Amino acid sequence: MKQVTLKINNVSVTVDAGTRILDAAKKAGFAIPTLCYLKDVCNEGSCRVCVVEVKGARSLVASCSATVSEGMEVYTNTPKVIASRKKTIELILGNHKKACLACVRNGNCELAQLSQDYNCDPHAYEGVTTEYEIDETPYLVRDNDKCVLCRRCVGVCNNVQGIGVIGPNKRGFATHIGCAFEQPLAATPCVACGQCITACPVGALHEKDDTDKVKELLGDKDKYVIVGTAPSVRVGLGEEFGYPIGSNVEGKMVAALKRLGFDRVFDVDMAADMTIMEEGTEFLHRLQDKTATLPMMTSCSPGWIRYMEFYYPELLPHLSSCKSPQQMFGAIMKTYYAKKFDIPVEKLAVVSVMPCVAKKTEIFRENQNAAGVPDIDVVITTRELARLIKNQGVDFKSLPDEKFDDPIGEGSSAGLLFGATGGVMEAALRTVSEVVLGKTLDKIDFKAVRGMKGIKSATVTLDGRKIKVCVASSLSNAKKVLEDIKAGKCDYQFIEIMTCPGGCVNGGGQPIQPSSVTNNVDVRGLRAKAIYDTDKKAALRKSHENPVVKTLYSEFFDKPGSHRAHEILHTSYKKRNKYYM
Amino acid sequence: MLERAHILVCGGTGCTSGNSNKIYSEFVSRLKEQGLDKEVKLIMTGCFGLCARGPIVVVYPEGTFYQHVKPEDVNEIVCEHILKGRPVERLLHAEKEEDGSLKAINETDFYKRQKRVVLRNCGIINPESIDEYLAYDGYKAYEKAITQMTPQGVIDELKKSGLRGRGGGGFSTGMKWQFAHDSVADRKYVVCNADEGDPGAFMDRSLLEGDPHAVIEAMMIAGYAIGATQGYIYVRAEYPIAVERLEIAIGQAREYGILGKNVMGLGHDFDIELRLGAGAFVCGEETALLNSTEGKRGEPRQRPPFPAVKGLFSKPTLINNVETYGNITQIILNGADWFASMGTEKSKGTKVFALGGKIHNTGLVEIPMGTTLRTIIEEIGGGIPNGKKFKAAQTGGPSGGCIPASLIDTKIDYDNLIAIGSMMGSGGLIVMDEDNCMVDIAKFFLEFTVDESCGKCTPCRIGNKRLYEMLDKVTKGKATMEDLDKMEELCYYIKENSLCGLGQTAPNPVLSTLKYFRDEYVEHVKNKRCPAGVCKALVSYKVEPDKCIGCGLCKRNCPVGAISGEIKQPHVIDPAKCIKCGACIQACRKNAITK
Repeated sequence: MKQVTLKINNVSVTVDAGTRILDAAKKAGFAIPTLCYLKDVCNEGSCRVCVVEVKGARSLVASCSATVSEGMEVYTNTPKVIASRKKTIELILGNHKKACLACVRNGNCELAQLSQDYNCDPHAYEGVTTEYEIDETPYLVRDNDKCVLCRRCVGVCNNVQGIGVIGPNKRGFATHIGCAFEQPLAATPCVACGQCITACPVGALHEKDDTDKVKELLGDKDKYVIVGTAPSVRVGLGEEFGYPIGSNVEGKMVAALKRLGFDRVFDVDMAADMTIMEEGTEFLHRLQDKTATLPMMTSCSPGWIRYMEFYYPELLPHLSSCKSPQQMFGAIMKTYYAKKFDIPVEKLAVVSVMPCVAKKTEIFRENQNAAGVPDIDVVITTRELARLIKNQGVDFKSLPDEKFDDPIGEGSSAGLLFGATGGVMEAALRTVSEVVLGKTLDKIDFKAVRGMKGIKSATVTLDGRKIKVCVASSLSNAKKVLEDIKAGKCDYQFIEIMTCPGGCVNGGGQPIQPSSVTNNVDVRGLRAKAIYDTDKKAALRKSHENPVVKTLYSEFFDKPGSHRAHEILHTSYKKRNKYYM
Repeated sequence: MLERAHILVCGGTGCTSGNSNKIYSEFVSRLKEQGLDKEVKLIMTGCFGLCARGPIVVVYPEGTFYQHVKPEDVNEIVCEHILKGRPVERLLHAEKEEDGSLKAINETDFYKRQKRVVLRNCGIINPESIDEYLAYDGYKAYEKAITQMTPQGVIDELKKSGLRGRGGGGFSTGMKWQFAHDSVADRKYVVCNADEGDPGAFMDRSLLEGDPHAVIEAMMIAGYAIGATQGYIYVRAEYPIAVERLEIAIGQAREYGILGKNVMGLGHDFDIELRLGAGAFVCGEETALLNSTEGKRGEPRQRPPFPAVKGLFSKPTLINNVETYGNITQIILNGADWFASMGTEKSKGTKVFALGGKIHNTGLVEIPMGTTLRTIIEEIGGGIPNGKKFKAAQTGGPSGGCIPASLIDTKIDYDNLIAIGSMMGSGGLIVMDEDNCMVDIAKFFLEFTVDESCGKCTPCRIGNKRLYEMLDKVTKGKATMEDLDKMEELCYYIKENSLCGLGQTAPNPVLSTLKYFRDEYVEHVKNKRCPAGVCKALVSYKVEPDKCIGCGLCKRNCPVGAISGEIKQPHVIDPAKCIKCGACIQACRKNAITK
């Protein structure tokens, strides 16, 4: 690629042509603040926080979108630049609900950080302010009074997910982010991925907090409360307590959950193993049945399920009928576990901790109540768990490492892989290959399906037959695959789709890193690495070898795909209307 | 058959709203009634320019110019003028020579200083007839370009002519065409920006209404020059007549083989589609216009990349304003040297202005660049009504500034206007007299931009709002001297930091009035007084007891009963009730009420 040499604050730097001034400055040792810019998500140049002086330019230049040119002279910290940034932040603060003390993003707010860095007077430009009603859904809350109109949420919804249910409405000072015709979010085909929340630099978007419901359950002496944690929670949670990105804090997490008062602490990885058994079996049946619908697509990600029901109902038969690991976990607890330990179902409560806000909607779906009551009672995200731990005075960092409870606590590291894009596929291939071949694999790392690429594919040989598999994460990537299927251009047999880019490690319920980090560090890659590192060292790396799985089938489900398994561990889908108007 | 007389009825927007459609139909029936319909041709034309005197009817061959014509006058014109050859004196727009003879219309003050290049066909031809356009050298420039010139030759001619964009920025048109020409792509587009939105501006509207084919032809030439086969005209839906005439013109051009495949058999394809804007001012900004044309929210994009590199549907796009296109055919036909002979060193050709405000001859004027403001206001415009004094002229609409009376001898061109803190803009020119409060004027324009801001970038969305609030404080006597400094600082910040031209120029009306009329601001702040008596919060109405004769007229006209007094005794205004509407001042015959 062509190289360009320029000067940033008189420091000479050579970068690729097309590099943003922002990135060139970084290379020269100067950090330029940003607010609206989010790498690969939002590049509108709208906030004007990142302005710099460029010699010869008529006005200040937004370094997030302007690219370098040969011989350019850039100044990132002149008095004019600093004063401009300060004014921009003060203007934003002038129309921002400054309820900082009670804000969910207190301590993790990019606007507050900028305000501090630039020594801003939050009351410098006060005047008329805009006031909006709070838009609340069972999974997400939008408070536009805090919105800074950076449009990172719009960028992620439109560009990354290809959904586009939110966008700017009205204009000028009255501009605000909303849905078409000012409908509430609940009336739109929002898939509930929550990526807008993690994109938001301030507290304008947050998950619907359900920690009070959990506290209520824990305080109820009559309730037997089980908690299960999703694979990727353990590799994200540490960030909330100051651990480096990509730390696996499973032991401390379990210890904290026990101290919070849960009666049992289990691992949803075990249910992921069950998913592999059921889904793998379903896949083999479909492969053998000439009339069955192929390719088969995974069904673990509830945002993806919503997407299919809203946008591609004609392709619903491609979805595996398996419930997601969360729902399988709840269903097993309310049937097998309740029966085995003789706990009345009405006294049993199951809480799940998820990296996801769409999971909060999944528990209300039809056909997710194996024991006649909802499989899962309350879903909290990784962030809410951290909040709960802090609220309850559990000293996370000083906790010892503890283990999940017996008897069904254990999950295989194949189940753990579910947390990263490609993980379900790899776990499935480990099991399906061995089941089909009837012998143990020498090599169980399927590296072709790993990594943060949006669409990955691989060919594996199963008993002489070549199987083509595909792994996609983010819905815009999913859309490409679906369009190929519709156009008849698709020769895959098995496809894994995750709603969030990079998979659950980057879910909408995971800890939020500021853009100063996400623009420079591959957060999702580091979290995924923690998963693969754990898998590498694990003793139990295949779902079908998990003793808990074996027990469940021998004691209760008989065999994968059995009638009882279908009743309890499988579900159904239906077309949903996009707008109710 | 040749007709013995032509009757031209103005079909511009101003005259149409003055009922010229009715006048036209009245002529149709009266001419028929008198059996004259075969020997007299009746034409609905575009704008004549002198809108203040509309509705206008001109009768040829004499060139008799009738003003303020009403439908009931038509019979008299037909019976007296057409039938008996006696002009209807009472309707004449007549300026007389010293010997008492009538001046020819081209010699009247309004027209003699003008040079109509862009508006050459407006008020001459029927814009709904392609044949009339063809008769006036229509589509000859295109034919010349494609048969005698290379694309680069066309661009070189434009560069040589010195034509600069008439939409406001004043960028070299030839360079713009060159960039679009040099971009390599499988598809390119030619776009016409007809989203004229400055308050009081109607230059583009009049050209589209009066001579739509001139724009179409210029776009075809542009298509040939840059290598595009598809054009779009983005026109405001609020210009129904312009839209209708463009539709007719495009339809006729297609019918004649002038638009479409293999145009005029010359081997070049070109077609045009209309896109209607929904009325957002910001869509006049070229990148916002492109977004809107694509069906997206009308918001500006970051530049670079410029449209010539990545424009409509991400393809290289040439986008020019209506008036810019209006010059193209004449440059091709008459040559760059002819065009460059008009104007100043760096601003060639003519400029169309929409003259409005406190001036006699409101309307549309086209003057050579370099004409002084004095010539426009005092000669062409006929001066200020009611014996008032000229105070300032506002050019460039909400993006421009106010030029004070002391600079009335400024020669109007791009660079001079920028140098004095205003800008050419698209050509609105609003004249103000001593009754205008300059703070109020700045507030008016800023209110417009605050309302029309797209809301994308912080400086424009919040900065201009706060600036407006500060101005509002000034007009209410609640501001401090520190506020004035803070305002000025905020102005420069907004100019430096905004994303697009709308925000970058929005503070201009404030800055230029602060520069030239700071005393007036200070008067509002320090003495809580509006010298022009406009800012209501600072004005109180009083009856001068020595002048009041106690007639009671003011009392009867007061809508809120704020005035009391016995007959033949001096009256009194209750300030608590007074709403400062001014009805009493208008009613008083003794000038006894002051504010």
